Amino acid sequence: MHELLQLIVTGLVIGSVYALVAMGFALIYKSTSIINFAQGEFVLVGGYICWWLYTMLGIPIVWAFLLTMVIAVGMGMLLERLVLRPMIGEPIISVIMITIALATVLKSLVTILWGTQIKVFTPAIFSQKAIHFGTVLVSEVYLWTFGFAFLFLGVFAAFFKFTRVGISMRAVANDQQVAQSMGISVKRVFAISWSIGALVSAVGGLLVGNINGINITLSDFGLKVFPAVILGGLDSIGGAIIGGLTIGILENIMGSYLDVYLGGGVKEIAPFIVLIIILMVKPYGLFGIKEIERV
Amino acid sequence: MPCGLFFENYEKDESIFPTLWLKLWMIALGIGLLVFPFVAQPISDWMGMNMLNMANLIFIYIVGAHGLNLLTGYTGQISLGHGAFMGVGAYTAGILANLGWPFWLALPFAGLMTAAVGMIFGIPSLRLRGLYLAIATMAAQFILDYAMRNWSSLTGGSSGLTVPSASIGDFTFDSDFKFYFLALAMAIGATMYLKNVTRTRTGRAFVAVRDRYLSAEVIGVNLFKYRIMSFGISSFMVGIAGGLWAYYITIISDEHFTMWLSVQYLAMIIVGGLGSVLGSIYGVVFMVALPELLRLPAEALTDVYPDIFVIFSSLREMVFGVIVIIFLIFEPDGLAARWHTVRAYWKLWPFSY
Repeated sequence: MHELLQLIVTGLVIGSVYALVAMGFALIYKSTSIINFAQGEFVLVGGYICWWLYTMLGIPIVWAFLLTMVIAVGMGMLLERLVLRPMIGEPIISVIMITIALATVLKSLVTILWGTQIKVFTPAIFSQKAIHFGTVLVSEVYLWTFGFAFLFLGVFAAFFKFTRVGISMRAVANDQQVAQSMGISVKRVFAISWSIGALVSAVGGLLVGNINGINITLSDFGLKVFPAVILGGLDSIGGAIIGGLTIGILENIMGSYLDVYLGGGVKEIAPFIVLIIILMVKPYGLFGIKEIERV
Repeated sequence: MPCGLFFENYEKDESIFPTLWLKLWMIALGIGLLVFPFVAQPISDWMGMNMLNMANLIFIYIVGAHGLNLLTGYTGQISLGHGAFMGVGAYTAGILANLGWPFWLALPFAGLMTAAVGMIFGIPSLRLRGLYLAIATMAAQFILDYAMRNWSSLTGGSSGLTVPSASIGDFTFDSDFKFYFLALAMAIGATMYLKNVTRTRTGRAFVAVRDRYLSAEVIGVNLFKYRIMSFGISSFMVGIAGGLWAYYITIISDEHFTMWLSVQYLAMIIVGGLGSVLGSIYGVVFMVALPELLRLPAEALTDVYPDIFVIFSSLREMVFGVIVIIFLIFEPDGLAARWHTVRAYWKLWPFSY
């Protein structure tokens, strides 16, 4: 029982980062209907840039953090303008393939610039000291990660709900033509969606980087996002958050209980088994809108 | 080259090579392909790369790329799992060969096994389309990849599985030179099959499912049947490619059949041209030759920048990604369409309008 509780708590922390990245993914899908295979590479780039600014250039962490966010926003806008905008109206296969190619380019660029070794934030930003909650042990860095992830989730949830830009984004997601006729610039909304998508992923990257250090496998976060958003329903931002948390907990539990029977590494694969099951049983997820097609 | 076509009966219109010159060119190509291995050695020495090895890889990948093109290009079902399906074929062939099955029996069985696996993962295609199907096949890729890595009693795990060379009767295909003819025959067989299947009732049903599946269903095309059939045929071909690969490389490990291979397969048919038989051939040649061609400037640059080979594989991936992006933005119909426009330009010059 105690072990299970421990697994749930650590799963919840990683799940909160999944939720953050999944939110960016769902946001991009909702407003631009592009499925972004490069989301994990945004996580990677965010982690590396923050590490580079902080450890190599010695910029104070607060500034490094802010600067990383600015760079991520710039990157999102640039990629949207150069790569994704020409793809409007192209078949799904082309759009999927272009984001995969984009992922390849970003990943190889990171390898060329910074190599493949694990990079650690030095000096450490958050301490690894363990804190007791009853019988459960949680290290301080996990708490910070969880806190920051939820701060960003909350800020963006409020942003979509209450600000003018957020409302215009929801309008575009709902119906592009109507939104355009009401004077909303759809192109601007696309650019904002991509920059927010890149921003939350980069934040996810630097949060996770603080826990275990950064290396090229950080981009696997982008793949774990798929089970999360499918569980929640592709076009639901709230669903993505719940999906992310659930997948984080599930993979941790399945990983530690099934490893014995299946010979290790179940953690990597468990989310995808869950994904297949969801697609078979409930393809539009928990909160997704069921597509109705007419001839 | 003719400036126009004039047919007097349906048989001529339906023929695969409609003109005399085209027939002559195909005969010339056939002779060229047969003569090539005899002169490959001097060419390889001159170019500084193993041309026969490259040709064999091209032929093997052509079989697989045709398979994926049938599924994605003709039927419109996206698959991100073909890398793993190729692995299923390779491991099936390898395991059967180790059990003492002859080559001519193990290879088709590898295809059938892969077709079965492909059809199982194709079942969701009835309910899922586009994005969802891409994600489902991606999950299939990871699950199969995991099985290949961790089911070590069957696959040898990370240490790999050794496979004997292919042999028919007493003849063993144990060198690049001998294997060339086997691979060539397979590639030609796959090409002829794809070219012909697209001209049949089944092939037209595939295209109808791709173009507008609701209308196809209304006019009586059984969606489930044709989608699963497409997955089956496609996986069969890629499984054959995997089996050939196993017999050619003679040692297989899970490292080869990752997501990256699936992406490469997709890139091949996109760069070549979706829904075009010639397209998959162009795409494969381009994608297999590209890393070799990149090596030449990289070698030239070692004096200026000695670390270039440390980052070479990343550099190659980056060039690969950039090329795919450029193709998708500027030439979404691929090399086959580009070849068509170039040919039409010369055919009609100077009166191209």
